[in-house]
Amino acid sequence: MTRVACHKFDVLVVGAGPAGMAAAACSGQCGVRVGLVDDNFSPGGQIWRSESAGRPAPEAAGWLERLRAARVEPLCGVRVFDAPDPGVLLAETADDLCELQYDKLILATGARERFLPFPGWTLPNVMGAGGFQALVKNGLPIRGKRVVVAGTGPLLLAVASHLRKHGAELAMVSEQASWGSLARFGVALTAQPAKMVQALQLKRDLAGVRFATGSWPVAAEGNNVLERVTISRRGQSETVACHYLACGFHLVPNTELASLVGCQIESAFVRVDDFQRTSVPEVFCAGEPTGIGGVELALVEGQIAGLVSGGRIAEARNLFAQRKKLRHFAAALDDAFQLRPELRDLPSAETTVCRCEDVPYSRLQAHPTWRAAKLQTRCGMGPCQGRVCGPATQFLFDWTPDSVRPPIFPARVESLAALASSPEPEQPAVTGGH
Amino acid sequence: MPSMTLTVNGVAVEVETGTTVAVAAILAGQPCRLSVGGAPRGPLCGMGICFECRMTINGKAHCRSCQILCEPGMDVRTDD
Amino acid sequence: MSAAAYDVAIVGAGIVGAACAQECARRGMRVILVDRDAIGVGATAAGMGHIVVMDDSEAQFALTCYSRRLWQELRSELPDDVEYEQCGTIWVAADDEEMAEVGRKQHYYAARNVATEVLDAQVLNTLEPNLRSGMKGGLLVSEDGVLYPPCAARFCAQRAQELGAKFRLGDSVQLIGQGQVVLSDGSEIRAEFVVNAAGASAPALTPGLDIKKRKGHLVITDRYPGFVRHQLVELGYLKSAHSVSSDSVAFNVQPRRTGQVLIGSSRQYGAEHREVDHGILAQMLKRAQAYMPGLARMSTVRTWTGFRAATPDKLPVIGPSTFDKSVWLATGHEGLGITTSLGTARLLVDQMTGMQPEIPIEPYLPSRVGKEHVHA
Repeated sequence: MTRVACHKFDVLVVGAGPAGMAAAACSGQCGVRVGLVDDNFSPGGQIWRSESAGRPAPEAAGWLERLRAARVEPLCGVRVFDAPDPGVLLAETADDLCELQYDKLILATGARERFLPFPGWTLPNVMGAGGFQALVKNGLPIRGKRVVVAGTGPLLLAVASHLRKHGAELAMVSEQASWGSLARFGVALTAQPAKMVQALQLKRDLAGVRFATGSWPVAAEGNNVLERVTISRRGQSETVACHYLACGFHLVPNTELASLVGCQIESAFVRVDDFQRTSVPEVFCAGEPTGIGGVELALVEGQIAGLVSGGRIAEARNLFAQRKKLRHFAAALDDAFQLRPELRDLPSAETTVCRCEDVPYSRLQAHPTWRAAKLQTRCGMGPCQGRVCGPATQFLFDWTPDSVRPPIFPARVESLAALASSPEPEQPAVTGGH
Repeated sequence: MPSMTLTVNGVAVEVETGTTVAVAAILAGQPCRLSVGGAPRGPLCGMGICFECRMTINGKAHCRSCQILCEPGMDVRTDD
Repeated sequence: MSAAAYDVAIVGAGIVGAACAQECARRGMRVILVDRDAIGVGATAAGMGHIVVMDDSEAQFALTCYSRRLWQELRSELPDDVEYEQCGTIWVAADDEEMAEVGRKQHYYAARNVATEVLDAQVLNTLEPNLRSGMKGGLLVSEDGVLYPPCAARFCAQRAQELGAKFRLGDSVQLIGQGQVVLSDGSEIRAEFVVNAAGASAPALTPGLDIKKRKGHLVITDRYPGFVRHQLVELGYLKSAHSVSSDSVAFNVQPRRTGQVLIGSSRQYGAEHREVDHGILAQMLKRAQAYMPGLARMSTVRTWTGFRAATPDKLPVIGPSTFDKSVWLATGHEGLGITTSLGTARLLVDQMTGMQPEIPIEPYLPSRVGKEHVHA
């Protein structure tokens, strides 16, 4: 039987990536009781995923120390699936149910990779760029393995560098953005010395690796597992043998929980004011859900949200200038890595778009809306709840996402049943039909 | 690095501590699952959102193996 | 009348409207099917999709029985994605009183030539091993089935289209009457007959029609093939006066072809919002767990709600409006719209064309609920 663990916090932070860690640390140092929940088995988020069990990523170490000093209570392996009432979230662990009560809520739910369907993208060993990196950090040995990194976004180079350090042989890094837009992005970087240093470091790490701009994968092939990738560039295609394809098309924000608690979403992102407050009183949001901007911006937004939630408004204000500068960088990012329209032609008629329900592209084309397509084809009806095919179909067909309903992640029947604090109805009645 | 042994579809796999079950399946040369249409699938997102890596772990169906660390003696099945 | 571009304009492209469009087109009428949204996305998409015989009243029995036969006749033509499965219904008896009801029900069905089978505790356990032990038995109605409603509605609409019917989707209807459908953009569709098949929204177009929204919740699990094999429904409702006013839940699960388990059911009056009501959802799932403890640890992937169109006597409204000879009604199907859509379509078009219906139509006539108002 499920045990219901109940936790009550002054400030509850959801998501233990950079934004959430910074928010929790700053909030905690204001003397309030702070909880930090995350679905992963250790804090750090995707970007600061630990490379060895029990030892945090070096970048996360300082923040972990601050979390300890601020007496923040970390709750890892806890997945939030519902917000039944204001001030209450429900979450599951591997075996139990958690009720999380809060006075203030900070959403730092991060982002996920955008995946675009192309022939063969469902073969084993074709993974997200960040997804592949996560597996490597979680123990997948890649020394001597040939890897193609493809897609778009600043993550590609960071992932490529990481893979190379682990001994992978990088066959190619394929970036769909043109050299021109990357060059403009490079100019934007010069205004941000720290970013510039990182970029130069990456360039050194990747010396000698083939970096093809204006190119993208058009096919992945192999007998039950990936063997080769075909990359298209300037109308020519080239087939590259490899063990792994790490392929992601930049990031999309995780806004499901924000939507569920009623926060206003504007152009796919959670709308926040200068103090990182959402449209819902006492609910804050920081990091990628407010706009894809990278780790530095996430940290600053997290700190602001944390300080405001703890009542230190003046200190929060001191970070505004820094945030403004980083948001310029975010805007430049957005501009540089715009998806080119040719990518809409990647799927063939048979290409699977919804991986949960195996729905091919040809069955989706005819439908006017996402909802109609879902109901007629089951696209987006599987356990990922459209997290993969939703952003893809949004790009392919301009469909707008559906409303969000609980559970925002698959949850056990008993967890949803546990909400009945009210007694059983006296007289259950079946009368005609369901 | 300390290591441990678990089984994937009955075949023993040795992994280092801190390895996720999804990685163990790759090391065992097994797809995590067969899709609704019968195609082999492996992990995609690596962060627990795509559900492509779900497997039956110690008899429990639909576990997202990229979010679960290997434990000695674990019984992992890819017939999810 | 001769100016009308269509013989029939059907407002509402749910399963009932789509079935009516198919039937009208089949009989050579010029048909247009109108909906503010797409085909089968309202209450149709929210329903469980059972094809069942029910015996709350003689009239309900007659219509469900007739309709089930029509579905069976159509079976070989249904495309794969309609997922029609003749899985059978088992009415589950939890105690002796309910087991006595099994006997009564069996007798009632038999007297009306519907075959059923009384199951003792042991046979029930063999057929559905995941039911809680200690059940007294049940009644198997083996010709009942389930299907996937959105695709069933699309199938009917497509059939109509193949026979020449037109669609007007994506524009909401402002007004119907006097051989016209007025759309929100001001345009008009003229037809000899206008059918109001707008489900729970029907009273907005036919004021005074006594149809109330009755909200329901459903939950679907991930795939667990073989966990449940028949549609299971509790007989526990016997212990209650048949309530038409208060909230209630009941155990009702279905096996889907995908291996998923669909869990119902709830009924609420006066709930106007689409949002999931956590309290009633939890009660519904607790009830399901009480019957099938193994459900507890199963993973749910989705919950949703919908609005049944409920009439006071729990029978649909099928036939001519009492105030406007051009307006016909096909609504008020409560929780049985998927089953009774085909029968409704036949009865409606039989009346329109002066054919003799196969079953008596009086119990479903709009005149019995009376008091519709004329539009201002």
